[in-house]
Amino acid sequence: MVGRTIKRIYIGIIFLFLYAPILVLIIYSFNESKSRGHWGGFTLKWYGELFRDPDIIKALYYTFIVALLSSLISTVIGTFAAIGIHNMGLFGKKIVLNINYLPVLNPDIVTGVALMTLFVSVNMRLGFLTMLISHVMFNIPYVILSVLPKLRQMNRHMAEAALDLGATPFYAMRKVVIPEIMPGVVTGALMAFTLSVDDFVISFFNTGSGVTNLSIVIYSMARRGIKPSINALSTIMLLTVAVLLLVINKRTAKGDELIP
Amino acid sequence: MSRKIIELKNLTKSYNGTKAVDNINLFIRENEFITLLGPSGCGKTTTLRMIGGFENPDSGDILFEGVRINDLPPYKRNINTIFQRYALFTHMNVYENIAFGLRIKKTPKDEMDRRIKKMLKLVELEGFEKRHVDSLSGGQQQRVAIARALVNEPKVLLLDEPLAALDLKLRKEMQIELMDMQKNVGITFIYVTHDQEEALTMSDTVVVMNNGVIQQVGSPVDIYNEPKNRFVADFIGESNILEGVMIEDYLVEFAGKKFKCVDKGFQHNEPVDVVIRPEDIDVTRREDGLLEGVVTSVVFKGVHYEMLVESNGFEYMIHSTDMQEVGSEVGLTFGPEDIHVMKREVTEIEKQG
Ligand SMILES: Nc1ncnc2c1ncn2[C@@H]1O[C@H](COP(=O)(O)OP(=O)(O)O)[C@@H](O)[C@H]1O
Ligand SMILES: [Mg+2]
Repeated sequence: MVGRTIKRIYIGIIFLFLYAPILVLIIYSFNESKSRGHWGGFTLKWYGELFRDPDIIKALYYTFIVALLSSLISTVIGTFAAIGIHNMGLFGKKIVLNINYLPVLNPDIVTGVALMTLFVSVNMRLGFLTMLISHVMFNIPYVILSVLPKLRQMNRHMAEAALDLGATPFYAMRKVVIPEIMPGVVTGALMAFTLSVDDFVISFFNTGSGVTNLSIVIYSMARRGIKPSINALSTIMLLTVAVLLLVINKRTAKGDELIP
Repeated sequence: MSRKIIELKNLTKSYNGTKAVDNINLFIRENEFITLLGPSGCGKTTTLRMIGGFENPDSGDILFEGVRINDLPPYKRNINTIFQRYALFTHMNVYENIAFGLRIKKTPKDEMDRRIKKMLKLVELEGFEKRHVDSLSGGQQQRVAIARALVNEPKVLLLDEPLAALDLKLRKEMQIELMDMQKNVGITFIYVTHDQEEALTMSDTVVVMNNGVIQQVGSPVDIYNEPKNRFVADFIGESNILEGVMIEDYLVEFAGKKFKCVDKGFQHNEPVDVVIRPEDIDVTRREDGLLEGVVTSVVFKGVHYEMLVESNGFEYMIHSTDMQEVGSEVGLTFGPEDIHVMKREVTEIEKQG
């Protein structure tokens, strides 16, 4: 009895630590008063202000476009990569999978600087395209990781059965393999979208020419001093990502481990 | 005799230097029910997959109606396969699964409906069109897989242990259904199993394989009654296998005695293996037997008793409806036609030594 109470208190404290900053942020996004530490009543004006700020509207647009395009492109590339990896020999598969893990585990800052170095070395101007490419890059491994379990679950002979019934390899891929692994593909796309919306570090190093996304805007606003509208913007992003994560979690809850 | 539909010529396939299929020669006739039988890992699946076009042979030829098809991809072969675990398309319903091959051939809708209906009737799944394949039992999935293959009216159907996942009762039912279907639709069946009883029950022709090599090809009766070597005799049911010497035609010596037999064509004094089936040995009074021995164990098997009788250092297995007490002294008799003489196998160890 006592043990259970202690357990609950313990978990409560952990959640408090984890969520207190976020909670404070959300509360202050509705605070009428500009000064922190002082509650001036409920308001939505900071949200309104956000949508009148052309910089933020532009950043919102880029965030959305980059997330959409990068998740689409990385889903296509990642899905075919996963199919290729799945059909490799045991030894090659191990190597490629480990190579695939590297960017996942690599600190973002290293990935970000590395990509920037690459772009600069081939004389690419940092801007929309470089940001898009960098997002595609860091998204691909996650798509692969969410598609592979579906391939593994699929009957080994599914594609062969299609060929057996007269399907060309292309038709078999389109009508059988892709539909069979579709749940994993959609999860991968959602995850890529989320990660793209979520990213700050890699985007920061790989954009330029006035192209920014929301997290970069928040960062530069914060450097100029905390405005309450940052809280509002952060809250919106937080909720967007939280909703996406919930959807992804629900999709993968049915025993499909994302990371094998 | 109908014509040969498939011929395998000197077919060999290795994986990582080990021969999975070792220089196989075989022909299959139209409308034949032929079974590849052998222990797990003996190369049955590999052989079947080469016929289906899913593996390329290292050497040798595959002929379909006299034409070499080694380089023909699976989707251009007039052959369909029932895979070991059915491999149904789980994102499609029963109708769409069966329609898959017909859609590729751009079959008109009304003809497609008609043929699928006919198939569902054949496999006794009428009214299952809209069902999701995941909601079906193992036996029903199996039948969808059969319908999906047969609706394309292939000339040859390959079946890789199609009943292995089913329980005993269902397996027996499906064996009969498959045999009926094969007769009704008039398609050549190439069937793979490691279950000797299944092979003997269902097939016109049985091909016994071991270590990638064909051991014997023949009718179930031939294989059972005239096993060619020790491996076949041992694999096809329980046997007493003794070492002996062929003295001359129709006379063989084993267990320290000479016996009349029906075999001939061996060299004088050639070492041989002798097989006597457990149900071919009769137990008599001690003084009436060709051999005498002591009963060492008796187990009731439902229809018969399975007895072990020790005689001169060899334990004979005997199936009989008469029970003898353990420890009783008995005689054993058998006729010349019960003795099966086989060429002695040179075992691996003898080869190396
Ligand atoms: N894809 C493969 N890679 C490596 N070895 C294989 C492969 N397929 C089969 N083998 C080997 O070839 C041999 C024959 O296998 P198989 O044809 O599946 O036997 P069976 O169907 O009679 O059980 C086995 O030793 C098996 O391990
Ligand atoms: Mg097999």
